[in-house]
Amino acid sequence: MNLIHLVLREICHRKLNFSLGAVSVSLAVACLVAELAILQKHDARTEQIVSAKEAATREQMAKLEDDYRKVMLKMGFNVLILPKDQNLGDLYADDFGSKFMPEEYAARLAKSRVATINHVLPSLQQKVKWPEFERTVLLMGVRGEVYIQSAQQKPLLDAVTPGTMILGHELARTLNLKAGEKTKFMGREFAVAKVNSERGNKDDITVWISLSEAQELLGKPGLINGILALDCTCDTLNRLGRIRPEIASILPDTQVIEYASQALTRAEARQRAAIEAQASIRREKEGRDKLRAEREALAAVLVPVVILGSSVWIGLLALANVRERRGEIGILRAIGLRTPQLLFIVLAKAGIIGFCGAGAGYVAGRTIGALWHETPDSSPLGIPFMDLRLFALILAAASLVALLASWLPAVHAAQQDPAVALREE
Amino acid sequence: MSTLLKIENLCKSYPRPEGSIQAVHEVSLTVERGEFVAVQGPSGCGKTTLLLAAGALLQPSRGRVLVNDVDPYSLSPGQRARFRAVNVGFVFQQFHLVPYLDVLDNILAPALALGAKDGRRTRALELAAQFGLSDRLRHVPSGLSTGERQRVALARALLNQPSLLLADEPTGNLDKQNGQVVLRCLTEFARTGAVLCVTHEPQAADHADRVLNMIGGKLQ
Repeated sequence: MNLIHLVLREICHRKLNFSLGAVSVSLAVACLVAELAILQKHDARTEQIVSAKEAATREQMAKLEDDYRKVMLKMGFNVLILPKDQNLGDLYADDFGSKFMPEEYAARLAKSRVATINHVLPSLQQKVKWPEFERTVLLMGVRGEVYIQSAQQKPLLDAVTPGTMILGHELARTLNLKAGEKTKFMGREFAVAKVNSERGNKDDITVWISLSEAQELLGKPGLINGILALDCTCDTLNRLGRIRPEIASILPDTQVIEYASQALTRAEARQRAAIEAQASIRREKEGRDKLRAEREALAAVLVPVVILGSSVWIGLLALANVRERRGEIGILRAIGLRTPQLLFIVLAKAGIIGFCGAGAGYVAGRTIGALWHETPDSSPLGIPFMDLRLFALILAAASLVALLASWLPAVHAAQQDPAVALREE
Repeated sequence: MSTLLKIENLCKSYPRPEGSIQAVHEVSLTVERGEFVAVQGPSGCGKTTLLLAAGALLQPSRGRVLVNDVDPYSLSPGQRARFRAVNVGFVFQQFHLVPYLDVLDNILAPALALGAKDGRRTRALELAAQFGLSDRLRHVPSGLSTGERQRVALARALLNQPSLLLADEPTGNLDKQNGQVVLRCLTEFARTGAVLCVTHEPQAADHADRVLNMIGGKLQ
């Protein structure tokens, strides 16, 4: 037989005393562990919400970006490069240029790698008669895009395949033409590749064909009358002042005009939306942080109170236990047990109470934490049930607290006068 | 014969608010090896105080106690506890068994004081057999008769093979038959050691080599 055996036998004999102590420790530990688990869940939930919001913002911003690109496209882009002798009054009156410049200008501009321009779209457009239908239309020859910054850029405009045409909405409706049908234009057969949706501007009466075919039909081989360029680096309001000298150095016999006021407004709106989205995320996070701080403040009061209450309770139980065992301790002293051995008997029991209570409390606390939902409709968030580091820490801390709580009763037992105890028994 | 217990001018008083109570007054006593000494007297005459002082459990107010020529009160508390475990066995009227230990573990309890040593268990089993407890080894005290409990207490007192056995009313709670068993055991022990037995029962005196009377804290 050894002292541990004696302690275990005593625990089995006085189950109520042990159980009351262990339950008390369990409650304190469960309270602490549940609180920690809830805070852990809170953090995970916060991260989830913020991540979701960030993802939504990213998606929204991507959509805005796309819308922005489309807006720019519909506007005829930010910058229009025209032959130097193009009368701008005529251009604004007819909405197309009457002067021409070599198509090679577009490639030259692209090769020059102008930093402020991302996309270069050479075009040839003229108002013409569609002889087969006796309709005046705007013919737009487009080559597609000459990339400037990188080959990975998303194209703003797809090239129109030779032999096909894209029709504006109004034109297709009035001529009763649909995608997939074939028609003749200026004596040449074209397949209708696509009918654009209604835009409410000149695009609705525009016919898009490939640049090379437009040049042939209009008798302007190798010529264009405008280069549409998109300035994506809209970080300055005076960008025209920045672009003009750059383009002038590459294409000296051209002029540059800007259609950008609306685009800038959109871009600024987009930036404001981005800022607002970020602020919304920040507000959400601040709200969550505030809630966490409130929970922490509550825990900072509740948990120590419960631990203190539990400690006092364990101390009282130990004292009651020691008093109940007065005669037993007296005889153990009489047969020669020394003070450290008697201290061990009382403290070992306290340690076991702390250990077992902590184990049960950890399971209870973690279960409460696992079942906890921040809101009734919130999805359950999984946190690992077994955190070995926390478990070990809780076991050690609870055992230590139980030991400390039982220290005075243990000293009282060890200092008990055996003669008095034996005589009173 | 050698002196196992020597008490010289022992005085013990208990301070009380209403005044000090002199429980034992100028008691001198010698018990030799092989001697069974009985101290008789009415309740409250100081018999138990004398016994506890002799057993190194109660510091005298004055006087000296020598057990095997050692004054246990000159030792540190730890040394005194060990000295007690090695030299002195106690038997009490109330048995004072540990309620949650079975018979074997109760007999083995004094081994806790000296640490585990080979042969303790064998000795405990021998003592259990000697006191007719072999079929009760796994019984806890509450499942034993009073006679069996006192036999367990006796076996426990003898486990560490002390030289001095101190018995406080060992037959006080026993019937005549069990009382005789206990007294025979004490007599048997006194062949090699020494027994100091305080009692107010006349039958103990029949087994004692010497009977002393104590009245008012003094030996007559």
